[in-house]
Amino acid sequence: MIEIKDVRKSFSTLEVLKGINLTVNKGEVVTIIGGSGSGKSTLLTCINGLEPINAGQITIDGTVVHAKDTDLNKLRRKVGIVFQQWNAFPHLTVLENVMLAPRKVLGLAKEKAEEIAVKQLTHVGLAEKLNVYPNRMSGGQQQRMAIARALAMSPEYMLFDEVTSALDPMLVGEVLDTLKMLAEEGMTMICVTHEMAFARDVSDRVAFFHHGVMAEIGTPDQLFGAPQHPDTQAFLASVR
Amino acid sequence: MFDTALTWNDLAFLAQGAAMTLAVTAVSVTIGTVLGILFGVLRVQLGAIWSAPLTFVLDVFRSVPLLIQLVLGNALQSIAKLGWAPFTTSCVVLSLYTAAYCSEIIRGGIGAVPATTRRAARSLGMTWWQDMRYIVAPLATRVSLPAWIGLTLGVMKDSALVLWLGLIELLRASQILVTRLQEPLFILLICGVIYFVISFPIARLGGYLERRWSPND
Repeated sequence: MIEIKDVRKSFSTLEVLKGINLTVNKGEVVTIIGGSGSGKSTLLTCINGLEPINAGQITIDGTVVHAKDTDLNKLRRKVGIVFQQWNAFPHLTVLENVMLAPRKVLGLAKEKAEEIAVKQLTHVGLAEKLNVYPNRMSGGQQQRMAIARALAMSPEYMLFDEVTSALDPMLVGEVLDTLKMLAEEGMTMICVTHEMAFARDVSDRVAFFHHGVMAEIGTPDQLFGAPQHPDTQAFLASVR
Repeated sequence: MFDTALTWNDLAFLAQGAAMTLAVTAVSVTIGTVLGILFGVLRVQLGAIWSAPLTFVLDVFRSVPLLIQLVLGNALQSIAKLGWAPFTTSCVVLSLYTAAYCSEIIRGGIGAVPATTRRAARSLGMTWWQDMRYIVAPLATRVSLPAWIGLTLGVMKDSALVLWLGLIELLRASQILVTRLQEPLFILLICGVIYFVISFPIARLGGYLERRWSPND
């Protein structure tokens, strides 16, 4: 369970998160929507401790993320994250990209790491690309590789930070299908997205962020069907 | 070809000089590169403000002419009664000179690795060291290599200045022969050819590695 309690976060004088409260249960898919600069991506990088927070507390299965004695490297093994920019390791083949962390971080033997990597890459539909270098693949394929790379660590939680925003429109579908597949398999996920149809389809709950505040949260039917907050109504009207 | 007083013994003398050039270069570039990597990483980690004293010292080594550094270095070791042989003094000064340039190259190489790529590595649970070892080092090496090859070739030629400390390297050996045989053009031509012969493989090695890595970038 991920518990976010009154989290505040500033970049110098700009406060981007103004007291966020959110609890995500095991097996739940929560999507976060909202305009640019609403703080939704920042929240994800705070959850796995890539960014420090100024106030409040984030706990993952009882571990306080920003506590001094928390081993973040250990915590990150169970919280996978995929970014808008897929960030392939360009000097490694697709297979090596996925194998690296299981081998070095989890200390698995080469054979075992390879077995896991092949399984995850097959899962996201890249079984044919094992020995290809990332720059020879499309953005969608690289993004699916990044998803397989995160999954190879057998995370219990997955964070997706606008994973389709940097893709050509034609490639968005294949990545969203991968996310849907994960959601159906019961992965606990927090997805920041601009894809409203996707949010409506896969989410258990949808949260709307506005200027660093979680203005509204509810089931897809509630949020898309009958938004209560005027800012949510304005936002949904503008993206339709 | 044409008449020359140059004997096989003289050529062997030049070869000895070339061996000295190679020895000074090899020692200085090796130590200088190790120190340069250390200083480069340190400067990136500490940030501009905290590494300012180190940066300042390295800037001194980059801006004061090497000849002055050699002469001052030799005087200093003499005053401090270290009793270093000219070879040792030459290598120490050249190593620091190389380290100063190398740290700059390394700093640039590390800076060229996108922060987002490093963030992805850390988000997979890699430690700072693992990120450095498996992601930053290979990528920064590719970026730094051409400049590092250039530095090595430069140091090899600059190492001629150690003749001022009395070491008989390639250029000094040629000078001695020129004085004795009075055939400056011919001997300097041979000297130049030898410099070329020892530099060429290093330049080619750089080209080879760049070609081997480039299709993946």
